[in-house]
Amino acid sequence: MTVDETIRQVLAEHGRLAVPLESLAEDTDLFGAGMTSHASVNVMLALEDAFDFEFSEKMLKKSTFESIATIRAGVVEMTGG
Amino acid sequence: MNAVGTLRVGMDLVSVDEVAESVRRFGDRYVTRIYTLHEIDSCRGRSVGVDGSDGLAVESLAARFAAKEAVMKVLRPVGVQLDWRSIELHQMTGGWCEIRLSGRAASMAAEAGIDELSVSLTHEASVAGAVVVGRSTSSERGDR
Repeated sequence: MTVDETIRQVLAEHGRLAVPLESLAEDTDLFGAGMTSHASVNVMLALEDAFDFEFSEKMLKKSTFESIATIRAGVVEMTGG
Repeated sequence: MNAVGTLRVGMDLVSVDEVAESVRRFGDRYVTRIYTLHEIDSCRGRSVGVDGSDGLAVESLAARFAAKEAVMKVLRPVGVQLDWRSIELHQMTGGWCEIRLSGRAASMAAEAGIDELSVSLTHEASVAGAVVVGRSTSSERGDR
C-alpha cells in the first residue's frame, strides 16, 4: 500500500468526513470537508500506528492535518521519506 | 462595557460515542495525549459502564474535550495547535470545574489580556458540550 493509500484509508476510518473520500483532491481542506478537531486527533494517532512513528511537538498543528498533501508532507518528514 | 473589558465566548459539542471509540481504539495513547493526570483521575471511577473505557467516565472526558476546544475558540490561536494538556479542567471539591492554563495556552491568554475564564460543562448520553467565557482587559478588538 502506498503512503497516499494508507493516508486515505486512515481518513476513511477516522476522519468522519462529510463528503465521499473519492471526492477529495490532494489539497482539499479536510476541516472544511467535515473533519472535527476530535476526529483529527484520531487521524493523528492512526497515522502513528500505520507508519510506526510519533508526531513531534512541532508537527502538532492544525495545518499538518489540513489536507492529504500536508499529511503526506508530515509523514514523509517524520519517516525520513 | 469598558468596566469589564472585552468578553470572548467559545462553545463546542463532542459526541460521547466518538470519545468512547477513541478510548477503546487507542487506549492510554489517546487519553494521555489529551488529558492531564488530574483530569484522568477526576474522570475515573464514575463510568456508566462503557466496555473498554478502563473505568473512565467517557461522557466526562467528552465534556472536558469540548471545554478544551471552547477555550481554544476563546484564545483564537492562529497557525498553532495548542497542547491539549495545557488547558486543564480542574475539578473543585464542590464538583464544578475551573480552567487552569499552562505553557503556550497561558502565554496566549496573557498576550490577549485574558485574566479570567469561566466554564460550564454538560452532557447527556450521546453528546457533551461546554461554554467558556473569557474576560479580556485588552482593548484589542481584532477589527479589520
